[in-house]
Amino acid sequence: MALLELQSITKNFGAIHALVGVDLELNPGQVLGLMGDNGAGKSTLVKIVAGNFPASDGAIRLEGEEVHFTKPVDARKKGIEVVYQDLALCNNLTAAANIFLGREMKREFGPIKILNYQAMFNRAAGLFKELKSETRPRDVVRQMSGGQRQAVAIARTRLSQAKIVLMDEPTAAISVRQVAEVLDLIRKLRDQGMAIILISHRMPDVFAVCDRIMVLRRGQKVADKAISDSSPEEVTGLITGAIESS
Amino acid sequence: MSKNVASIEDVVEVRESSPLQRILGNQAFWITLAIVIISIVMTILSDAFLTSNNLFNVTRNLSFIGIMALGMTPVIITAGIDLSVGSVMGLSGVILGLVLGAGQPMWVGITIGLGTALFVGGVNGFLIAYVRLNPFVVTLGMLSLARSQAIVFSQNKMIFDFGPEARRFLDLGGGALELGQFARIPNPLIAMVILAVIFWFLLNYTPWGQYVYAVGGNEEAARLTGVPVRWIKMSVYMLSALMAGIAAVLMVGWLGAVTNALGTGDELRVIAATVIGGANLLGGAGTAYGAVIGAVLIEVIRNALILAGVSAFWNGTFVGLFIILAVFLERLRNYRRA
Ligand SMILES: Nc1ncnc2c1ncn2[C@@H]1O[C@H](COP(=O)(O)OP(=O)(O)OP(=O)(O)O)[C@@H](O)[C@H]1O
Ligand SMILES: [Mg+2]
Repeated sequence: MALLELQSITKNFGAIHALVGVDLELNPGQVLGLMGDNGAGKSTLVKIVAGNFPASDGAIRLEGEEVHFTKPVDARKKGIEVVYQDLALCNNLTAAANIFLGREMKREFGPIKILNYQAMFNRAAGLFKELKSETRPRDVVRQMSGGQRQAVAIARTRLSQAKIVLMDEPTAAISVRQVAEVLDLIRKLRDQGMAIILISHRMPDVFAVCDRIMVLRRGQKVADKAISDSSPEEVTGLITGAIESS
Repeated sequence: MSKNVASIEDVVEVRESSPLQRILGNQAFWITLAIVIISIVMTILSDAFLTSNNLFNVTRNLSFIGIMALGMTPVIITAGIDLSVGSVMGLSGVILGLVLGAGQPMWVGITIGLGTALFVGGVNGFLIAYVRLNPFVVTLGMLSLARSQAIVFSQNKMIFDFGPEARRFLDLGGGALELGQFARIPNPLIAMVILAVIFWFLLNYTPWGQYVYAVGGNEEAARLTGVPVRWIKMSVYMLSALMAGIAAVLMVGWLGAVTNALGTGDELRVIAATVIGGANLLGGAGTAYGAVIGAVLIEVIRNALILAGVSAFWNGTFVGLFIILAVFLERLRNYRRA
């Protein structure tokens, strides 16, 4: 039984067919690279799995059980964590506040619950250290570099023991050294038995960590195969349409 | 550990800016400074300024606007606006007066008065948060609607009979804490300070406060991370109306009468106080202290002009200048940051 199973997922935005009958099976410990041209439907797929909006048609099953997410928290409760492409950060809050948004650490005084800033700062610092990121938990996101913001968005996925981590271009704005850290993290998560979907336009990253690759073109799945059976040239052809499907 | 990786202990305590920098970048600090300077100048210019009588009047007068500005602050932090607070104050005051005049006990009158405010705030909040109507338009409509209902309920008559507990009721808003001959603290000021502490606590130390800032910073991100965005928006409008209701209870007690004109035009003074104190109409920023200090500045300017013998016609000019100066300071800070 697959950890995550998508069955003919379709999504229409008015006249736009963002996804057309996409099937997918993902098992624990698998890293799937999801590639495709701009507008191919990658983020749309992620957002459907993350409970952001429902599919127009098709079914999602988690460990064999059909799920219907109505809001992002539903997906998170089932162990699905997401790094959104636009990072989904609040510029006016600190790094730590962003990481814990929606699941703050609290101290209880009888019926009154107050925010436990120190605990959140400490935990956030630990997460940044794990990511080897020079990000300070008390800094306001507005003043941060692109890489630091990305670290905040990634750190957020580490708060709970997720089953599935969806990363929509987690390496888009960061330095070579930090890319290596993110790829290391992905391997570590995989070794812990998590399933990961990595969306990236960077071919070397995908070939470095993924064991499977899936290509979307205009909302349709045109390839889903082991990375060892493919090559960057083939994937490029699949993305552009020079190769019909594989 | 490799050299370019800082230890947790190093990083946890680091802030990007020093405490001094943060104070200098804080609008409420500059407004506080302006108040201190105006006060010093006025003490020199006029014997009447630093008298217990004048301070009593000033602090009482500013409390009504201050209380409503506290309520306005979370609304503005979420990038909303509540134009209906003056009318809610009027409606709530009229209903309160009618209930007390009908011979009901004080607590019933106050409960129904505040309940009316909460109900109106709930309607505002529901239309804005769940039906997704524009806050400016919804509360503009409510400004007109609630005022008209105040006139309907009062039948355009002044209410000054507050029933069997009138004395106690009037003392609530008109009374003071007596601390000897020269120190009298008006009750509305005490109420404002207590409410300011409550708002400060709510905004800074509860998840609710965190969510209010998050909604104003990036509503979509807040939604994605599981913040109950609609409920948060609904709650800020209810809270804003509740503060207008509390201000009405105190104001009616102080005035000793209610007319349906109670609170007319207050929405602009309240928004002015909030903005002068550093709240950003684009959302994401604002503090309880800022709301109070903005209200203080507006009243101190008014008082200073009266004592300096300047025509009251000039009052609006100075308040207006401070509003524009406030957004100018904001602009300057953002410019330096960028
Ligand atoms: N909320 C929306 N409303 C309407 N159309 C949308 C919406 N979201 C996505 N689309 C459309 O769906 C298609 C797929 O978009 P999607 O964001 O999934 O692409 P993508 O593969 O992630 O592209 P990129 O590499 O640029 O991130 C595009 O044509 C886009 O315009
Ligand atoms: Mg995308």
